[in-house]
Amino acid sequence: MNEFLKHNELSIEKSRAGRRGVRFAQAEKQVNDYLPENCLRKDTPRLPEMSEFDVVRHFTRLSQQNYSLDAQFYPLGSCTMKYNPKAYDTLSALEPFAGAHPFAPESAVQGTLQALYELQELLKKVTGLAAFTLQPAAGAHGELTGILTARRYHDAHGNTARCEVIVPDTAHGTNPATANMAGYHVINIKSAPNGCVDKQALAAALSPKTAVVMLTIPNTLGLFETDIKEIADMVHKAGALLYMDGANFNALIGLATPADFGVDIMHLNIHKTFAAPHGGGGPGAGPVGAAAHVAPFLPHPIVQKQGSTYTLADNRPESVGKMKAFYGNIAVCLRGYCYLRQFDAQTLKEIAECAVLNANYVRAALKGKFNAYFDRACMHECVLSIDPHACNGVHTADVAKRLLDYGFYAPTIYFPLIVPEAIMIEPTETENKEMLDAFIAVMERIFDEINTTPELVKEAPHTQPVKRIDEVSAARMPNLHW
Amino acid sequence: MFTPHTTQDKKEMLAKIGVQNVQELLAQIPQEFLYPALDLPQALSEAELTAHVHDLAAKNKPLKNFIGAGAYEHFVPAAVSALSSRGEFLTAYTPYQAEASQGTLQTIYEFQSSICALFNMDATTASHYDGATALAEAVLACTRITGRKEVIISALLHPHYKEVLTTYTRHAGITLTEAKPTAQGTLDVSALKAQISADTACVVLATPNFLGYLEQADEISKAVHEKGGLLVSLVNALALGILQTPAEYDADFAVAEGQVLGNKLNFGGPFLGILTAKKQYLRQLPGRMVGIAKDKDGNRSFVLTLQAREQHIRREKAASNICSNEAICALNAVIYLTLLGPQGLKEVCALNVERAHQLADLIDGVKGFEVLREAPFFNEFVVKCPVKASAVIEKLAQQGIAAGYDLGQTCKQMENCLLVCATEVRTPNDLTAYAEALKGVL
Amino acid sequence: MYNQEKCRFAQTHEWAFAQGDVAVVGISDHAQEEISDIVFVDLPKVGRQVKVGENCCVIESVKSASEIYAPVSGEIVEVNEALNGDPALVNREAHGNGWLFKIKMTNPAEMDELLDFNAYQGTLGK
Repeated sequence: MNEFLKHNELSIEKSRAGRRGVRFAQAEKQVNDYLPENCLRKDTPRLPEMSEFDVVRHFTRLSQQNYSLDAQFYPLGSCTMKYNPKAYDTLSALEPFAGAHPFAPESAVQGTLQALYELQELLKKVTGLAAFTLQPAAGAHGELTGILTARRYHDAHGNTARCEVIVPDTAHGTNPATANMAGYHVINIKSAPNGCVDKQALAAALSPKTAVVMLTIPNTLGLFETDIKEIADMVHKAGALLYMDGANFNALIGLATPADFGVDIMHLNIHKTFAAPHGGGGPGAGPVGAAAHVAPFLPHPIVQKQGSTYTLADNRPESVGKMKAFYGNIAVCLRGYCYLRQFDAQTLKEIAECAVLNANYVRAALKGKFNAYFDRACMHECVLSIDPHACNGVHTADVAKRLLDYGFYAPTIYFPLIVPEAIMIEPTETENKEMLDAFIAVMERIFDEINTTPELVKEAPHTQPVKRIDEVSAARMPNLHW
Repeated sequence: MFTPHTTQDKKEMLAKIGVQNVQELLAQIPQEFLYPALDLPQALSEAELTAHVHDLAAKNKPLKNFIGAGAYEHFVPAAVSALSSRGEFLTAYTPYQAEASQGTLQTIYEFQSSICALFNMDATTASHYDGATALAEAVLACTRITGRKEVIISALLHPHYKEVLTTYTRHAGITLTEAKPTAQGTLDVSALKAQISADTACVVLATPNFLGYLEQADEISKAVHEKGGLLVSLVNALALGILQTPAEYDADFAVAEGQVLGNKLNFGGPFLGILTAKKQYLRQLPGRMVGIAKDKDGNRSFVLTLQAREQHIRREKAASNICSNEAICALNAVIYLTLLGPQGLKEVCALNVERAHQLADLIDGVKGFEVLREAPFFNEFVVKCPVKASAVIEKLAQQGIAAGYDLGQTCKQMENCLLVCATEVRTPNDLTAYAEALKGVL
Repeated sequence: MYNQEKCRFAQTHEWAFAQGDVAVVGISDHAQEEISDIVFVDLPKVGRQVKVGENCCVIESVKSASEIYAPVSGEIVEVNEALNGDPALVNREAHGNGWLFKIKMTNPAEMDELLDFNAYQGTLGK
């Protein structure tokens, strides 16, 4: 890096005593004219002192060290990195929405309440479920909401002996973590050889102790549970509820409504299927929907419509309570609302159809070089697997890092856990054919490198702002703040 | 409409896959489920959508805001959103591929650093969903650390925070008991001391409390530590620019709603959960963390670290299921703190204190209204009204003023009490207009 | 220090070395290699009572968290504090200074239920 322009310094390193950024008007009196001395801070916080321009330059330069969806293809399986429409950023940030206080008189926030109500209704329609809460702030938060709601349901029905949650071994880590947080004992069941739920294993695991079975549909291998009706029946016969992790809903939107397959509760990810930006780790939104018999137990409030007025006065005494202080990640939900308003029944299904087409195209094109772990049609994502022994010792992690050198963000790696050296690719429907062809060509090039110059792959990345990072030392001696 | 494929594209792709149409690929979905009739409204073009959403926005009436109660209107400098809305930050993914995410990672490291500096605490995370969920995580951590199941929470905690705590702990065999307030609106410290036992995992204190008053934390801290329990403090992150920090009264965990740092109200979300702790509890903190590392050439770099705590590795053994957090809100906060610096923070805090106290004086000057000055307050205080608070709110709303939070919603005996907040965005004219409007109530 | 030929092994890769009625416990060389670079050892609290097979310790690498099970029952009487500053000791000296903790056995006969070195090696199919 340039030794003269120290762009990579931390803000605190660029700080110079006495520099000022944003100033405020001076108060007339001193703080200790109003507050006793013993309430006041004795030291000064060690924060950077920089001019506003320095701050702008600092963060602008940092942004330039990032890959981002706007600039790079992100084939991350299960993340649905689709185009984030700019109109929604603008519209969700309109001052009347951005400046609305959550405790403002309802007559002053009818616009927000209407948009939220309509979003609730739209989500009900595309899933077939009876009610939706917009409260959860993320997918995992939605999962916890759903499982706690299920728990409340069981408590209300006297099913206090139900203390177990069943998850398949292909589940995302948040599923068992959620079940544990909700106080359940987790039963992991092995998937069948075809990657789907092993019905015998499920039957053996189901018991009067089962509260919920959590399934991702389609699953994390990108495969639909063809026997879902039978599975749902087994779950219900056992007295348990069926929870659907909706992270992969992009494969189903417009094509199928989960309520039809017997799903009792599910969450959706606005920052996946519904095109809200990922933000480098949030904020997301994870609305949770429920079938009619479970709906009374969802967190409150859910926006209600009374005549032509919208209100948060939601009288559901059986509700599980609140999952966060206020009503949801509203600005994120507004983007989801915008997205759904731009489709009708005809165009909505094109999303899923194109997502499925794109994933299968990549799978088919890479066959013979990088093979899908399950050699059959996938839905919106496919999982490849490499064998390091056949690849001159090159691992999935190396392939991922080498992709960065070619200007692609890496796909999801080492997940799901049942696939060795997994590479999970989800192109999404918003990528054009040239981008997919470029990705395929680069993967083919990396395949050649694996065979001819494997060290190039093992030492990757070579062209990023930094080389491969020593994560071991970082974890042994954590330095987490200046 | 965002799908780019032409008919020719689709033809070539289907040929490569070796199928006639997409429906062949959907054969894994049973026919009975496919293509349900969806009753959706007409699809809107971007122009139509824009017009429609503007219509919705017009249904929100802008009121001069004097409500706090857990969400505060502060001035957000233009540079904050100009920077955080850059596509490179906004559309980036979680920085798992560290080499391609140094921008995001460094901003998180600077956020963690700024928060630790502001709170005088040793450890923090990349963020949580909001103050309430951060508080829930802190309480759960205390029960894990101490092995105890009893938690004493201040009765003067935000009512929604109490509900979230209940929802998060109900099934875990954790008992939540309240520490009662005095008639003056702060905690009854001697009663609390008597309540703390060898079974107490932690005491949860809010300072400022829900009524806006600052609590005396030292005695409470000593009392809970004497019995081997921990102290969790819920604070106002902005006010820490001038107020006593949690470290000064030996808090083990300090949490806050970070919305006050560079984030707009947005009707309640996205907000920003801040969770900090003493050094020895670092590994008990759930959530992402960024650390400094070296790359193989010895260059300084940033990376997600201590990941073995997290759900993708621990699965059912993880302390928390948290995955995505509130990264852009945390980015807003660190940009805000960097723009203000310690001096700017002092200035904005001083203005908050002044505006609130000036307003309190003006309200005291209105016949029938009395500010309850039982304890020091930062930017929020209780007003005793001659009529129901709801009536005051309704009257003032007609004049374009959001008067405050009706305390009768939380406590029947306080139905004549209004929780009023004035921040640096309220001008002297706003304050006089408020007092004038109050005069018209009776 | 704790010669692997003189140790007894659990199927879950912990070794136990008897010193009177105290068992020194660590993980096998095979285990440390599988886990690879160890970044943190979450040691049990001294004074804790453990049952044979009970999870009482976690060893973390960057990408994994491995549970360590007590090979015998008893009371944790000592833990290897050196691992707090240098967790990599377990990698470098799995049978030496990288020991994890010591258990005062309540039932020394449990040592006989464990595998001897050859039997343990036999379980590691190549």
